[in-house]
Amino acid sequence: MHGENMSDKQNSQHQAVSPVCCASQVDFEKRNFLIATSAVGALGCAAVAVPFVKSMTPSERAKAAGAPVEVDISKLQPGTMMTAEWRGQPVWVINRTDEMTAELAKHHDQLSDPASEVTSQQPGYCKNASRSIKPNIAVVVGICTHLGCSPTEKMQRGGDMGESWMGGFFCPCHGSKFDLAGRVFKGSPAPINLVVPPHKYLSETTLLIGVDSEDKA
Amino acid sequence: MTDKNQNKLDCVLNWVDERFPLTSNIKAHLTEYYAPKNFNFWYFFGSLALLVLVLQILTGIFLTMHYKPDADLAFGSVEYIMRDVPWGWLIRYMHSTGASMFFVVVYLHMFRGLLYGSYRQPRELIWLFGVAIFLALMGEAFFGYLLPWGQMSYWGAQVIVNLFSTIPFIGPDVSEWLRGDYLVSDATLNRFFAFHVIALPFVLVGLVVAHLIALHEVGSNNPDGIEIKKLKDKDTGIPLDGIPFHPYYTVKDLVGVSAFLIVFSAIMFFAPEMGGYFLEANNFIPADPLKTPAHIAPVWYFTPYYSILRAVPPILNSQFPGVAAMGLSVVAFAFLPWLDKSPVKSIRYRGTLYKGWLVAFVVSFLVLGYLGTVPSNVWGQFGPVLGGADRATVVARTFTIIYFLFFILMPWYTRKDKTKPVPERVTG
Repeated sequence: MHGENMSDKQNSQHQAVSPVCCASQVDFEKRNFLIATSAVGALGCAAVAVPFVKSMTPSERAKAAGAPVEVDISKLQPGTMMTAEWRGQPVWVINRTDEMTAELAKHHDQLSDPASEVTSQQPGYCKNASRSIKPNIAVVVGICTHLGCSPTEKMQRGGDMGESWMGGFFCPCHGSKFDLAGRVFKGSPAPINLVVPPHKYLSETTLLIGVDSEDKA
Repeated sequence: MTDKNQNKLDCVLNWVDERFPLTSNIKAHLTEYYAPKNFNFWYFFGSLALLVLVLQILTGIFLTMHYKPDADLAFGSVEYIMRDVPWGWLIRYMHSTGASMFFVVVYLHMFRGLLYGSYRQPRELIWLFGVAIFLALMGEAFFGYLLPWGQMSYWGAQVIVNLFSTIPFIGPDVSEWLRGDYLVSDATLNRFFAFHVIALPFVLVGLVVAHLIALHEVGSNNPDGIEIKKLKDKDTGIPLDGIPFHPYYTVKDLVGVSAFLIVFSAIMFFAPEMGGYFLEANNFIPADPLKTPAHIAPVWYFTPYYSILRAVPPILNSQFPGVAAMGLSVVAFAFLPWLDKSPVKSIRYRGTLYKGWLVAFVVSFLVLGYLGTVPSNVWGQFGPVLGGADRATVVARTFTIIYFLFFILMPWYTRKDKTKPVPERVTG
């Protein structure tokens, strides 16, 4: 049986080889037709792939889940923080003491972007010295701009962060360090400061996270 | 068996053979596949990898009967399997132990390739299929790790998916597309389930078939790194140093299987968590998108690459170089067939230069692997001389460089190496 197969193969090869070797025998009309149909077929396949690829993008339900959230900050003591959930992400509301806010201006030389030059990381109304609307109340998304872990609160001076630590946040995944305005320290893997989400005050003690007064919605 | 029954069996076999190449395939791949007679300990791990693959597919099928790929139900359904499903704990521990043992076996199988030059001409394609299997296996392990929906599942997936967002320009869109949401969520869990139970297993099995077809086309390498097909019996055409795979190596592999299953069972019954290396403590806490565990680390088999990721500092405010280095550290294996310029294949006939580099590479791999399991401040900081840098980070950077030098300098040191003469016949 093996022998038969071999000779079959050789025969078919022989037949297949002879027309190709002579260019004059190539049927160009047939070849062009085959190329054209293959191209159309490939386009069809690419078109069919689109719905499959698109089906993996965020669904309408996921998009709709991004509604703004209200946060009551009346019980937030100076020197403490709280976490709200917006679009499934932690949003920190930090009530800095006057001393902490004053400290922000003193370590500019250690920061990658002290003046918050990267515009995508905060709304225009927070591009100021304290990165906030009210000087003492900071609102930042608690997601490290490196690879998306949530940094740990290290608001007190010193401690296990070393003597020169002036309070801020430390990302447990890859060691990025941020100050109490969410600005990243030099030498951290995180490329930019923590993001300030759009937000506004509905009253003295009520925050709305997710929309700001510039939004029409 | 009487002659009459034997005849009946032959008849059935003939009937099948006329319709399907059963006998000829058994001959080509088992009874008349001639493997070198000098296989040693290192040659157990290919068949063991196949065994673990079958084990993972089998236990996986039974786990899917009880598991629920839903962010609200997933964690509970795994606990349900562990507590309420009859023998569910055994099937799940088999699957989780199997995942780690898969990597143990595959790493040893790859190391065998490095020892005996199994990637060299004419086995480049076997090796490339093997690298593809390794990549698919990493994907399979990563997707599977999200399914228990514990804290480590969640934040591990968050970090790995975000690796893609560091790709210049298209990165953020790619990672959003992978997640199907703005963060790791139910949508992500559901699709990772699909990848884990259907897409990648198909790819894996297909690649394994290609790996074996390529292997049986060119024949196995051996600890001497010489081609047994060069010297064949004049009458039979059978390689002089070859023995049929079945029964010789099927029986030998059964010994390996027995030893392997003893180790496997010992882990599964007495230390399924393996001190936090096979199943991490944080994964017994349900996923919480608002709180990252204080120390996150991947499972042990990813830690060498994770160390490399952490070791590379950001360049021009971009983490992409670190991500690229991590990717390259895995893909680098694919280039071995063309980097190795030595006239000999096996470590037995290589000189001290290659041996030294191989030792340096293995040490780097192990040290990086260890460092990936611990926080980067584990050994404290250097004094002001080195700018107060983390000791562990400096060590990781050093070994990352050695890791890559093993590949980059290979064309040079394999040419320079003083090799020994290779014998005509295998030496046993």
